[in-house]
Amino acid sequence: MPDLSTDTGGIRSPNPFWLASAPPTNSGGQVQRAFEAGWGGVVWKTLGTPIRNVSSRFGGHVIGGVRGAGFNNIELITDRPLEANYREIAETKRLFPDRAMVVSLMFETREEWREHIARSIDAGADGLELNFGCPHGMCERGMGSAVGQEPAVNERITSWAVEFSTVPVLVKLTPNVSDIVPHGLAARRGGAHGVSLINTIKSLIGVDIDRFVPEPRVGGASTNGGYCGAAVKPIALHMVAALAREPEFGLPISGIGGVTNWRDAVEFILLGSSSVQVCTEVMLRGFDIVEDMIDGLDEYMRTHGFARISEMVGKAVPNFREWGELDLNYETVAKIDADKCIGCQVCVAACHDGAHQCIHPQEGTRVPRVDETECVGCNLCKIVCPVEDCISMAPVEHGVAPASWNEFVADPETHPLRPKKGSHG
Amino acid sequence: MSRPISESRSETAFGDFKLPLAPGEAVAEAERCLFCHDAPCIAACPTAIDIPQFIRKIATGNLHGSARTIFESNILGMSCARVCPVEVLCVGDCVYNHLDQPPIAIGRLQRHATDEAFAQGWTYFSAGPDSGRRVALIGGGPASLAAAHRLRRCGHACTIFEARPSLGGLNTTGVAPYKMRADRAADEIDWVLAIGGIEVRTGVRVGEAVSLSDLERDFDAVFVGVGLGADSPLGIPGEDLENVCGATAWIEQMKIGRVDLAGVERAVVVGGGNTAIDCVREALGLGIPRVIMAYRGDRARMSGYAHEWDAALAEGALAEWRAIPIAYEGSGRVRKVRCIRLDEARRPIAGSEFELEADLVLVAIGQSKLAAMLAGLEGIQVEGGRVAVDAEGFAGRTKWYAGGDCVNGGKEVVNAVAEGDRAAKAIDAMLRGAAKGSPHA
Ligand SMILES: Cc1cc2nc3c(=O)[nH]c(=O)nc-3n(C[C@H](O)[C@H](O)[C@H](O)COP(=O)(O)OP(=O)(O)OC[C@H]3O[C@@H](n4cnc5c(N)ncnc54)[C@H](O)[C@@H]3O)c2cc1C
Ligand SMILES: Cc1cc2nc3c(=O)[nH]c(=O)nc-3n(C[C@H](O)[C@H](O)[C@H](O)COP(=O)(O)O)c2cc1C
Ligand code: SF4
Ligand code: SF4
Ligand code: SF4
Repeated sequence: MPDLSTDTGGIRSPNPFWLASAPPTNSGGQVQRAFEAGWGGVVWKTLGTPIRNVSSRFGGHVIGGVRGAGFNNIELITDRPLEANYREIAETKRLFPDRAMVVSLMFETREEWREHIARSIDAGADGLELNFGCPHGMCERGMGSAVGQEPAVNERITSWAVEFSTVPVLVKLTPNVSDIVPHGLAARRGGAHGVSLINTIKSLIGVDIDRFVPEPRVGGASTNGGYCGAAVKPIALHMVAALAREPEFGLPISGIGGVTNWRDAVEFILLGSSSVQVCTEVMLRGFDIVEDMIDGLDEYMRTHGFARISEMVGKAVPNFREWGELDLNYETVAKIDADKCIGCQVCVAACHDGAHQCIHPQEGTRVPRVDETECVGCNLCKIVCPVEDCISMAPVEHGVAPASWNEFVADPETHPLRPKKGSHG
Repeated sequence: MSRPISESRSETAFGDFKLPLAPGEAVAEAERCLFCHDAPCIAACPTAIDIPQFIRKIATGNLHGSARTIFESNILGMSCARVCPVEVLCVGDCVYNHLDQPPIAIGRLQRHATDEAFAQGWTYFSAGPDSGRRVALIGGGPASLAAAHRLRRCGHACTIFEARPSLGGLNTTGVAPYKMRADRAADEIDWVLAIGGIEVRTGVRVGEAVSLSDLERDFDAVFVGVGLGADSPLGIPGEDLENVCGATAWIEQMKIGRVDLAGVERAVVVGGGNTAIDCVREALGLGIPRVIMAYRGDRARMSGYAHEWDAALAEGALAEWRAIPIAYEGSGRVRKVRCIRLDEARRPIAGSEFELEADLVLVAIGQSKLAAMLAGLEGIQVEGGRVAVDAEGFAGRTKWYAGGDCVNGGKEVVNAVAEGDRAAKAIDAMLRGAAKGSPHA
């Protein structure tokens, strides 16, 4: 039986699945139901000076008929009285002592931070998460991503929190920066025990094309919001991996952004996350998705021979490299399995119009032919093919030793490149 | 131009066999389409509708454009969406048949878009600038309607001569009511005629009131779309007994008038084609408890579609295979059908006679051919009762073109539309002085 329990910067939880700080962690009743469903931890909805929210607050991105494939919100931090939050945190922690109770905080002054860190810990927080990420509403007031975008401010506030706290401190980073690494390093310098990322991405989800008003519509207007949900996973994975492979960083990571199931979670863990947090998928489908997440992860660990989560964390990180380190002499060509092919020729259109014009219709059959002398192995056909494993990218034996761009530039004699393909020179 | 259709006609007993898609259902189904390149479904549609394109437009909420794509290739696209045997046409060739997933419901999606066009009153086409040319169309079925509409878009004046009191041919009077009822076909005809400039002369049988040479003299081109003729009889004793009916005549009566089924408990349908299966399903649907199809071959050899027969079986159809009637018996009204079994080579087996009780006999063994009416016109070949045409519908004599059942021997509405449209394009080219059959050449 694999052990699903995990430790994120000293915050322990029976499984790596946490609810992110967001509407699902807004109240004791919700969090208690989440724990009953099996969630290993939660980050409580960000506490701060209570605010006012607008109506409506959420926008959905429909992609190919999938509602909420992307999601955005213009909601702010908690709008409930702080007293009620602390009372419910204490009550929930009492009922579920084995789960990770992380409290998210966003305040302005040093004194406020001191007071509310103490109250959170009194209420039973196992850890704190500093919300330096919210891209709307709060940053205009000098909080949220306004902090996360400024490494010096990030470091200063983090150091206050670490100074006041007796429990581990995670810094939640905003993705609304060009390079995440300096911001992770700032949190580290401030003394954080780990980071959480990503918060939402600055976005405008859509426009009501009949009313000429952006969405989500608040009366006759809207504003930019935070993008999240399945669509943001690739951005989140990249940011997580960028920190995980940074030699000077070295802090535990709680991975967030577009996690919808155990597969996504495994990817985040392999790229360096010790736990993962979920918001949108739970908002769309409810707490019960965690049953399959636990099941699926357990089965994955069993079949891959992992006994504990720590064995998986960061396993794919060494294989995440700079472009200049990739082997330019590794060559693949597309192969079509004629027995599986259904003859849709979607690959023909894709290759002709969007790639290298090397998949051609043939006389007498709907199965297309790959001109391997022209195929650059770009993968487009395999991506569009509706039949699983019908197109494979087969390595080509050409006898030229591996060579990266960096190696080639440094020493072209010892690291020659294979002949170029598909440039139609 | 469609004649008012009686509210109390028998066919109103039927509802839709294939239900319309709800809007959300249509979008979900449309999203599944792979947007195939050189799509095989298009090749399987006789009118070559750009199926992936019209489906994509449904997926994006562009129903107006979707219906335009359909009508551009098939002006009777609303009917075809309902009456096409899609299982052996477009849907039968959808690539999903090679995956373990159901093929795209192309017909139902087509219905979704075209029904919306009708509901919204969208029209897309206007007549071309007047060419000063006149085209006569003999017969007012799908072939001639499609041809006339295309010709009007090219600016040629059209006159349709139709023997019956109303237009539409078998699309109005023949197709099974659970696919489409006559009033729906009539709505479509009005919609097609709305392009203007199509003169309709119903109740005029060419060859009687108007002669072929009149047409040749008075018009710049003639399109022959006469379809098929009356139901063929078996030529056995008792054919004049009451309630021994030709299949298409009975269906026509059921669709636009009333059939009297008082006291009819048992029906025998003779034949094994699609008209026979339609009769079986219609008789069952009208409440006749026991309906037997008597066919001279076995199930594997019947020309009716397997999917249609399966539906008939599910509705309670019975069959006598390798059986052929030798006499209808009764006094005044038919009471029984004497049959004999046939062997593999379809020869009667001596001593194998048997009787089927029947209060109604529907004879669906084929329709006569009308092409013989053209026999006197030099240059026009009639082969096996069908008008011979080239790949463009030209019939071999200056000015003369043909299409539909009278050319293909009896296929589907969609074939008639395709052949009418094809001939119209050839007529237009000819009238512009470019091509075969030109009186100016
Ligand atoms: C019972 C039955 C069910 C069918 N069901 C389907 C179905 O579900 N789906 C499908 O796609 N197809 C179906 N078909 C076939 C389809 O109806 C025909 O293929 C199609 O209608 C042929 O069109 P057409 O224009 O060639 O001929 P028709 O529809 O036969 O039209 C010919 C017209 O010409 C007129 N005419 C004939 N001679 C003259 C003359 N001398 N002067 C003036 N007018 C004349 C006739 O009165 C008729 O109105 C069915 C056919 C039958 C018999
Ligand atoms: C409606 C909504 C409200 C959110 N509120 C907060 C918040 O108060 N504090 C915070 O740190 N993150 C907040 N987030 C961000 C989420 O915690 C999470 O970082 C982000 O949604 C990405 O994860 P996901 O793709 O699983 O949704 C919010 C997100 C949403 C959709
Ligand atoms: S996309 Fe796949 S299934 Fe379709 S034609 Fe190409 S190889 Fe065959
Ligand atoms: S006209 Fe008929 S065959 Fe052609 S696409 Fe439509 S339903 Fe299919
Ligand atoms: S074959 Fe099927 S999937 Fe492909 S375009 Fe046609 S309907 Fe769509």
